[in-house]
Amino acid sequence: MDALSFVYWVISLVLAPLLLGVINKTKAFWAGRLGPPLLQPAYDLIKLLRKGAVYSKTTTFVFRAGPVVSLAAIVMALTLVPLGGRAGLLSFQGDLVLFAYLLGLMRFFTVIAALDTGSSFEGMGASREVQFAALAEPALFVGFAVLAQETTSLSLSQILSVISIETWGQSGPALALVAVALFILFLAENARIPVDDPNTHLELTMIHEVMVLDHGGPDLAFILYGAALKLWALGAIVTHIMLPVRTGIFWADGMIFSAGMIGLAIVTGVVESVMARLRLTHVPQLLLGAGVMAVAALVLVWR
Amino acid sequence: MTVGIETILVLLLMTNVALLGMSRLGACVLIVALQGVLLGVLTLLFHPGVHTLLVGLGSIALKGVAFPWLLGRALRQAEVRREVEPFVGYNLSIVIGAAIVALSFWIGSRLPVAFSVVSPFVVPTALCMLLTGFFLIVARKKALTQVLGYLVLENGVFSFGVAFAPEAPLVVELGVFLDLFVAVFVMGIAIFHISREFDHIDTEQLSMLRDWRQGGDQRD
Amino acid sequence: MALLLGALGVFVVSGVTALCLSRSPRWATLVGSGGAVVGSALGLVIALMALFTGGAESLRLDWSVSYGSFFIEIDALSAFFLIPIFGLCGLAALYGGGYMGVYSGRRALGTPWFFFHLLVASMALLVLARNGVLFLICWEVMALASFFLVSFEDDREEVRQAGWTYLVATHLGTAFLLVFFLLAGREAGSLDFDKFRPGSSVTANVLFLLAVIGFGTKAGFWPLHVWLPEAHPAAPSHVSAVMSGAMIKTGIYGLVRALTVVGAPPLWWGWLLIALGGISGVLGVLFALAQHDLKRLLAYHSVENIGIIALGLGVGVVGVSAGAPTVAVLGFAGGVLHVLNHALFKGLLFLGAGSVLHSTGTCEIEHLGGVLKKMPWTGVTFLVGAVAICGLPPLNGFVSEFFIYLGAFAGMVSLGGGEAFPFVGVIGALALIGGLAAACFAKAFGIVFLGEPRTEAAHQAHEGSLAIKIPLAALALSCLLVALLAPFILSVMVPILSQLTSLSPMTVSDSVRAGPLWFIVLAGLGVFALIALGALGRRWVLSRKSVTKAVTWDCGYAQPTARMQYTASSFVQPITELVAPVLQTRKHIVFPQGLFPKAALLETETPDVARERIFRPIFGAVRRGLSRWRWLQHGQLQLYVLYIALTLLVLLLWKLG
Repeated sequence: MDALSFVYWVISLVLAPLLLGVINKTKAFWAGRLGPPLLQPAYDLIKLLRKGAVYSKTTTFVFRAGPVVSLAAIVMALTLVPLGGRAGLLSFQGDLVLFAYLLGLMRFFTVIAALDTGSSFEGMGASREVQFAALAEPALFVGFAVLAQETTSLSLSQILSVISIETWGQSGPALALVAVALFILFLAENARIPVDDPNTHLELTMIHEVMVLDHGGPDLAFILYGAALKLWALGAIVTHIMLPVRTGIFWADGMIFSAGMIGLAIVTGVVESVMARLRLTHVPQLLLGAGVMAVAALVLVWR
Repeated sequence: MTVGIETILVLLLMTNVALLGMSRLGACVLIVALQGVLLGVLTLLFHPGVHTLLVGLGSIALKGVAFPWLLGRALRQAEVRREVEPFVGYNLSIVIGAAIVALSFWIGSRLPVAFSVVSPFVVPTALCMLLTGFFLIVARKKALTQVLGYLVLENGVFSFGVAFAPEAPLVVELGVFLDLFVAVFVMGIAIFHISREFDHIDTEQLSMLRDWRQGGDQRD
Repeated sequence: MALLLGALGVFVVSGVTALCLSRSPRWATLVGSGGAVVGSALGLVIALMALFTGGAESLRLDWSVSYGSFFIEIDALSAFFLIPIFGLCGLAALYGGGYMGVYSGRRALGTPWFFFHLLVASMALLVLARNGVLFLICWEVMALASFFLVSFEDDREEVRQAGWTYLVATHLGTAFLLVFFLLAGREAGSLDFDKFRPGSSVTANVLFLLAVIGFGTKAGFWPLHVWLPEAHPAAPSHVSAVMSGAMIKTGIYGLVRALTVVGAPPLWWGWLLIALGGISGVLGVLFALAQHDLKRLLAYHSVENIGIIALGLGVGVVGVSAGAPTVAVLGFAGGVLHVLNHALFKGLLFLGAGSVLHSTGTCEIEHLGGVLKKMPWTGVTFLVGAVAICGLPPLNGFVSEFFIYLGAFAGMVSLGGGEAFPFVGVIGALALIGGLAAACFAKAFGIVFLGEPRTEAAHQAHEGSLAIKIPLAALALSCLLVALLAPFILSVMVPILSQLTSLSPMTVSDSVRAGPLWFIVLAGLGVFALIALGALGRRWVLSRKSVTKAVTWDCGYAQPTARMQYTASSFVQPITELVAPVLQTRKHIVFPQGLFPKAALLETETPDVARERIFRPIFGAVRRGLSRWRWLQHGQLQLYVLYIALTLLVLLLWKLG
């Protein structure tokens, strides 16, 4: 735990919504539009925070707890993630398990808050969310297992600090497989195409958007902010694997990291522009495919 | 160099998994074509030389261009788009794919290979392709998918050959190519004719053509 | 030790008194409930003291039974298992005092209380027993007492069925244990545990397999679990809590104790436990998903959690035999701690389900809904239990699963290669179980407690008396406390771990650095702080703004009814459909017909696949085989006497000849 890690953590908390802005700009570029300003996600948050709230008569405290607990969980999870080439704010043996389970806590409360409304739309979204999460979880853990085996370490910060250009030279194929698997999980967990479409609000086909249909005002702001942080946290892990360059200089590392994150956002935007959302029955295949990639990577690491 | 070879081998592994999870036949044909091209490049990387140049370019031309074209034509004529209701579902196929990967690596680590092989991944990848080919033939219904399974199986054999290319005479490789070409050619024509006669290319229903029909007699 | 026997005495005395007071339901309940609470409190204090002081204390009295001796000992392992037994049983007894009121006047209440006390006393004596005969006697008394408790409502057909299933299963398990003790005793020439010596490797392997089957039947390893989903829903809820939280753990205790006496484990023991654990865990949670009876669902989750415990023990055993102390210590720590954790949250969940059943008269998930508004205590505590059982931070379930994960990761990294494959299996299985358990409890909590009441019965929901609320609150609180005191609890567990891994306490404390635990506690507190901050922040943001109430925004539809809500079956349908070949759910569908359909129907039932596919054929074959000998049975007393006389005569002749 050092001061610079704390600085990165705070900067991440501030900058996270920008990543969505980059993705939206990329998509607009591909569609030949000008697109919303980069800061639009931040403007949206501010707008929502200034609104009042309407709660359904069906709901209980669980509905209000949902956004708050989710946000708390992801803010805590972000402390475990190495940012800008520096160790996370907290790092210890096994923090990757805590990280995954904090995401689980976030999901659980989003889901039960959705069920609290008694609306069948939100029930539907919640149902899909838990299904895909149950399939994504093993893939995520096997992916982590590959990283742990490769670096003989059980802490996210340590794992990502060990991976370097040389590691890529030694076991490039395995790392590439893990990186692709984690990128698929990054898309799935953050409700992006090809798993979920963040753009439309057509309830029957959506997953994450439909779960938060009834939330409004500050609650929705919490949820959107939490989603942006989740995008940032998982994105940081993928970026650190893909771009293992560290100079040791604070500003240089920060610039490299930011470039990596922006690159990741652009790739995500490109994926969303050139691909269609998969049919829901095909999503399990994608997630299982990610799992198989992780298993194959593990086998490659073992030889 | 080794990194290049290993990358190609990993891509080959992934094409196997993708084949197991795909239902669209057109995409399957493309993936098998990609596999052929990758194998050709692999051969060239492995043993640069005139001998292998022929085999590699032949592989790319035949498996990457000729077969896909033939099969694509058969597909268009038969007017089938996807494999519906295979014997083994796609999710389970992917899980089995993971098992195949693990199994072939395990076998690969046990198999005593007397001569030095450039990369330890070659043998497992070849095994994996063999098993995937077998699995596709067993688990799918459409004749086209079975042809693809056969091709993947052959690709597996081919990559075994690549690993030991200096030892294997060129003639054998070329002979295999010829066999393959004839097989795919015949299958392509057969698929077309079958679909014209019977309006489908399900091999399951072809089994009805046998003399003895189970339980059919009472009804008739 | 004398105090502990005194505590057991309290159980016996108050049990018998309750039986005598059977005529007055009020007094029977008062004595039954009060006696158990006092006895449990006393026992709990002694067990805690024994655990903290760490010394073993034993008592050996001669006994006229051949090979038997009244040899009991309290060491750290026994004391640790006494904590869930006394803790949960005391709270369950308090709860039962409020719960059994419904039956007063309809049924004699003295008998169930008598058996409840007998059950607790036999469980406690079981974990203290150090002699095979004494152990088996306690085991049998425990089985019979719980059988009578399961078949408490014996006027219902399904309860009688469940009772018989349980009785048959538990006795088949006992048969294996009998052989286990005979074999172990023959090697040692005595049935006292301290005389047992590790024999040849063949004997050790056979003993291990016997222990896995015998104890595994009680614990509920798949496919030996078939009695569990029948017996737990049939029993009164506080008994379900005790059975699931404490009684099946005696199976785990037996297995762990057996591991300490049969000798150094070969690698495959650990692999077997890992395989059994993975299968039990995944199949347990999958079948739980498909259930729509709340208590049956919880029963399947017991199978799942026993699987998690087995995974932990398996990791530990592999660690011991591979000579990796860190792996061994972490695995055993996770497995043993999960025993306590499961007792806490599963007890809590069963009691919560019981109070829903108590007030609405149904456990059918599809008939409930919106219960949280009417039963805030039950609802909130059930939510705590649900979060805990999913292994989510910051509650106790996470701590034990974290250890197992850490053990598996450490084992994988240190072994490497194909040898490490089982560890990856552990990691994958735990992750899958975690994801599916979250889905299952989102369903259980979400459909039962949230939304609108689906039927008239759900409208009837109301909170029970204080005797029902206090145990719920206490268990929920202890789920939180165990998580926050985890580093401390781990240091208390050092003697147990050193006994299981045959390492010195110093090595154990070294290899299980409590470092990560402090971080987890810190992260847990951090989550709470952030939640408080977020809640305050929202209150601040919303102050002086309009906060209104409206109908749920159903995409513009303004007249939602309770029947339009998503149901439990539809909630899990994507997952159950994905694994349909495993679950083999039976569907009964009547499709809507015509232009103005009047009625449509969809019924699903997911019977246990092990029961249907494994045990039913076996028992069917046995019955067919034995029916050939049915002519022996005439129902005439004279003939039976003749059989006995003939048998005796033949025996006599054989002995003399």
